[in-house]
Amino acid sequence: MDPKQKALAEQFQARIDADEKIEPKDWMPDAYRKTLIRQISQHAHSEVVGMLPEGNWVTRAPSLRRKVALLAKIQDEAGHGLYLYGAAETLGIDREELLEELHTGKAKYSSIFNYPSLSWADMGAIGWLVDGAAIMNQVMLTRTSYGPYARAMVRICKEESFHQRQGYEILLTLCRGTEAQKQMAQDSLNRWWWPSLMMFGPSDEASTHTQQSMDWRIKRKTNDELRQQFVDATVPQADFLGLTVPDPDLKWNEARGHYDFGEIDWAEFWNVVKGNGPCNRQRMQARIKAHEEGAWVREAAMAYAEKRQKRQEERKAAVA
Amino acid sequence: MPHSAFFEYLLRLGDNALILGHRLSEWCGHGPILEQDIAMTNIALDQVGQARSLLQYAGQVEGKGRTEDQLAYLRDVGDYRNVLLVEQPNGDFAHTITRQFLFDAFNYFQFEALKQSSDEHLRAIAAKSFKEIAYHLRYSSEWMIRLGDGTEESHQRMQAALEDLWMFSGELTEVTEVDELMLETGVAPDLRSIKKLYDEKVAAIVQEATLVLPADTWMQSGGKTGQMHSEHLGFILAELQFVQRAYPGMEW
Repeated sequence: MDPKQKALAEQFQARIDADEKIEPKDWMPDAYRKTLIRQISQHAHSEVVGMLPEGNWVTRAPSLRRKVALLAKIQDEAGHGLYLYGAAETLGIDREELLEELHTGKAKYSSIFNYPSLSWADMGAIGWLVDGAAIMNQVMLTRTSYGPYARAMVRICKEESFHQRQGYEILLTLCRGTEAQKQMAQDSLNRWWWPSLMMFGPSDEASTHTQQSMDWRIKRKTNDELRQQFVDATVPQADFLGLTVPDPDLKWNEARGHYDFGEIDWAEFWNVVKGNGPCNRQRMQARIKAHEEGAWVREAAMAYAEKRQKRQEERKAAVA
Repeated sequence: MPHSAFFEYLLRLGDNALILGHRLSEWCGHGPILEQDIAMTNIALDQVGQARSLLQYAGQVEGKGRTEDQLAYLRDVGDYRNVLLVEQPNGDFAHTITRQFLFDAFNYFQFEALKQSSDEHLRAIAAKSFKEIAYHLRYSSEWMIRLGDGTEESHQRMQAALEDLWMFSGELTEVTEVDELMLETGVAPDLRSIKKLYDEKVAAIVQEATLVLPADTWMQSGGKTGQMHSEHLGFILAELQFVQRAYPGMEW
């Protein structure tokens, strides 16, 4: 590394170590920029793909009040997608390129959305567990070193914690309802529990990005720390619902002050990441279809804007 | 004023909002641009919200203790009172926008007038809803123009949508017995004067969008009287009502 680069890199790390925020126009190592683009875009894509399993129940929501709440939640997620694409764009990449990476499979999104939503209870479980897991990660990210990302997270976290309570309340209603409703809630927890734990990513030993991201203070807690935090917060909530967490090894460890829990099925985790989940193909097809079928709309909007501008200029010229 | 006619009238208002809101909500997550996904969800939210107020009130007026959800989830096709236009499928974005515009232009003048309704509760609902509807009309009008006057392809798609949907526009301002009764009691405006405003607004926007209104179109009606809905409504209700029908009598 040439001395000038080296000095810049040292200066950069010193700023990080002093907990200063890095802003778009600041010098940053290429790898830092790339890591952030990868992570922020992955996050944005997750918001957008995440609209699909919930959108799947919008037309079947069991009451008008629930329908409105679900629509509003999904709309929030689309909004999160927008801020996050915006945050990624501050790093010098545009949304069109990011979408291209998503559609060609180059960019990833959270694997959790490759699981199907099969019952109304899933709208509860997704809010409670999936948003709950996301919050663990996002609260940490409100203190991430890149300014625009941290600020987007502050806004997002407020809405996500509302979503989580809303999801929990859906399940609470079911658990206080009939046997059939309680069964629906239990079945949903059975299907979403393990994929939710997988949302924190590979274990610390297997995670390739963790150490560097910690050094750059992009991440401030490891995957396993966040996962433990999630389990500790969520198990008492399941107890309160009267539901059983589908893990025979789950038990409170007095000495550690944490819950011990069973081993995640890492073969399933990697398999879904590789594209072999129950809905990977369908999720991507849905996104690509929306994008391709929307192409004429985007082109028309652009063409109209150009026409309008031209007409305005002609009018101005005529007046002048 | 006969109670049953007022109930019927409120169902028309509520069902229009509910079914169009439902149709728009089908787009959720599949919009052509993320911003438009959000905008359509926004309109869907307004409309389902309006449906709730209107159906709640309808239940109250009926006096049989039916709630908004019982009215939405437990009536079959023959008891729905929405116009045919709103139950038409989304089709492409051109069809969705055209359907929205043809409805919004009517709904705008209808709700503007309902702000002066002789019924106090309806007046209050109208005052709140009108602000939302004014935004809907602005949104759908802008997209009519943008797509009509956009590219060759978008123009053709919009013209095709107008030709498919125009036949359902007549019902909006068709005067039925219920409308006459509402007019007599000052609950609702004269649809004949609304028709005049509607025709002018539609003609102006269609012209600016460089589109042509189909001439001599047969106007199909039957939705708001419940005489004859299209085949689409049954499928909408099959989805909308699935959980309530499969698990009857439960709280959600």
